[in-house]
Amino acid sequence: MLNSYAVVGLYLLIALAFPFVTLLIVSLMRPSKPNPLKNSTYECGMETIGDTWVQFRAQYYLFALVFVIFDIEVVFLYPWAVAYGKLGLFALVEMVIFIGMLALALVYAWRKGILEWQ
Amino acid sequence: MVLQAIFILVALFTIGCALMVVLHRNLFISALFLIASFFGVAVIYVLLEAEFIAVAQILIYIGAIATLIVFAIMLSRGMMTGRTSPRNAQALWAGLGSVILGIALLYVVAYRVQWPVVQKDVPADAIARLGSALVGRYVIPFEVASVLLLAALIGAVMIAREKEV
Amino acid sequence: MNPLDPRILGEWWNTFLRGLGLAEGWIVFINGLVVTLILLGFGLTSVIFLIWLERKFAGRIQDRLGPNRVGPYGLLQTVADALKLMTKEDITPDNAERVTYNLAPGLAVFAVLMLLVVIPFGPGLIGVDLNIGVLYIVAMGSIGIMAALMAGWASNNKYALLGGFRTVAQLLSYEIPMVLAMSVPVLFAGTMSMHGIVEKQARFQWFGLIMPAAFLLYIISALAENERTPFDLLEAESEIVAGYHIEYSGMKFAWFFLAFFLNTLILSAIAATLFLGGWQGPFVEQVPILGVFYFFIKTTAILLFFMWVRATFPRLRIDQMMALAWKVLVPMGLVLVLLAALVVKLPIPGLLQNLILFVTNIAILLFVLGAVGRHLRKEAERYKVRYQVSGIR
Repeated sequence: MLNSYAVVGLYLLIALAFPFVTLLIVSLMRPSKPNPLKNSTYECGMETIGDTWVQFRAQYYLFALVFVIFDIEVVFLYPWAVAYGKLGLFALVEMVIFIGMLALALVYAWRKGILEWQ
Repeated sequence: MVLQAIFILVALFTIGCALMVVLHRNLFISALFLIASFFGVAVIYVLLEAEFIAVAQILIYIGAIATLIVFAIMLSRGMMTGRTSPRNAQALWAGLGSVILGIALLYVVAYRVQWPVVQKDVPADAIARLGSALVGRYVIPFEVASVLLLAALIGAVMIAREKEV
Repeated sequence: MNPLDPRILGEWWNTFLRGLGLAEGWIVFINGLVVTLILLGFGLTSVIFLIWLERKFAGRIQDRLGPNRVGPYGLLQTVADALKLMTKEDITPDNAERVTYNLAPGLAVFAVLMLLVVIPFGPGLIGVDLNIGVLYIVAMGSIGIMAALMAGWASNNKYALLGGFRTVAQLLSYEIPMVLAMSVPVLFAGTMSMHGIVEKQARFQWFGLIMPAAFLLYIISALAENERTPFDLLEAESEIVAGYHIEYSGMKFAWFFLAFFLNTLILSAIAATLFLGGWQGPFVEQVPILGVFYFFIKTTAILLFFMWVRATFPRLRIDQMMALAWKVLVPMGLVLVLLAALVVKLPIPGLLQNLILFVTNIAILLFVLGAVGRHLRKEAERYKVRYQVSGIR
């Protein structure tokens, strides 16, 4: 098994290095004449006003939280799906309970209006 | 031999990134170093032939938890504009304390725990076995985990709603 | 013995290397290098062709000619564009956080390139057949999310940051239905290895034919994961100009562009593998090399479907996008997984099981479409009333 991951590792190193090496090579071929106007932050026609870091809505955070919960569910779901063929009916019942709990969570978030994007 | 070298390199990378998490002055970049550190841990799992744990590490820690942390940093106004400083009056004592604690933990982990050593190879159907263990032997923790997730979501919703009122 | 069988060629290659007296470690290293070079070469050249195809296809749909000046049929247009982007000045805004800004495009490409390694192009033609192939694909997607977030943050531009936030929200939301859809083939095949899943789909037992709803779920989520129309509100020109890569120019922009198109190709390839039987097809047992042909036919069909959607659909609003993910696709995905699990355990012959699955899938699809349609009609009615009250027609 480690042999196949060695191939993945080698591929990983080259795939990681490749874009950056290309950027480096290309940086030798291209002109570079920066000036303050060119390097200013892009904005539609005028200079950008104020800080970029305006407060973002907390809703993004809530969606990320719901995502975390479902992501963990997925990690449980996959080994179950792999083993399912060899398991009895109890595996189905247990997964129904597990997914039911998460469906309950989804319904709760829905009813409380978390899933509405205002 | 080669494995040993790879392990040492990856471990150094992981520890270096972990150090940068606490030492960097910009919180967002700290979070990025945290992600790199998580990735290093995933590689160590692969070296231990625990591929499922490795992929779960990337999926949950980089994909979900790190995103959550980055969102939390980005959503708090003061954190993005000002730079935090890890070097304040308590830095010396905090550093000393963590070094002592680290050495103590390392000592316990290395010398005081009898680690079970398995000589056998990882079976080909390891993931299927994990799946059947989840719904067989460990069914109670498995179902309790879903209750925990439900509780976590309800808690998050309550906190978020409190803010609106 | 069949000289056209890639598996036998692989065996022969390994015996050849061993015959040279190389140690096992070196064989792994050489094979790794060969795999890497083939996959990177394939990935980069295919993108050049793909961009041409998309422009030509969209052009024809919109009654234009598409690129037709550089080379025969405009085939070299993308090469010319690539040369232009390479020699173009690369602007880094003064306000940008330089290191993160430069890392982001490379990471975006890296995350997509990593996926190529588990795609089965034909029988035996796979970079590495990992036991956890399907989960590996999902995990690498989360690194792409990070690249978008880094680009959005490091540019220090309001549009970029807003685009980055939208991107992350969308990619996270659609990852769940996508993963749920992908778990259906895993459930049927009893393995997460991409090769294993293809092998279980012999004799037209394609999982996408048995579970068309799951297939559609995957296609919709793939469109969203790829930031394609109708989910391209992340780079909506009329609102946030270009999204998280607004400040990027030259080669760094080219990397984002390449990551986008390569991702389209890979998502179609995954769809073909998981739902349309990958390299399975008639006479594959006798002539294995045909598998490569079938695989590319299926992948191209899905690709063209993606391009067709892009050329015809308008884009969604952000609230519609989020509602579709969480209120429609996630519940549908949960129901589909449990349905598949239930029917597989029924004590009836396999053919009947497949029939039941197919019929219930169509029923679920019709029900979901009906519910969404009713909701949209009610919404339209509400808007009409509101605008009449305020005097706007």
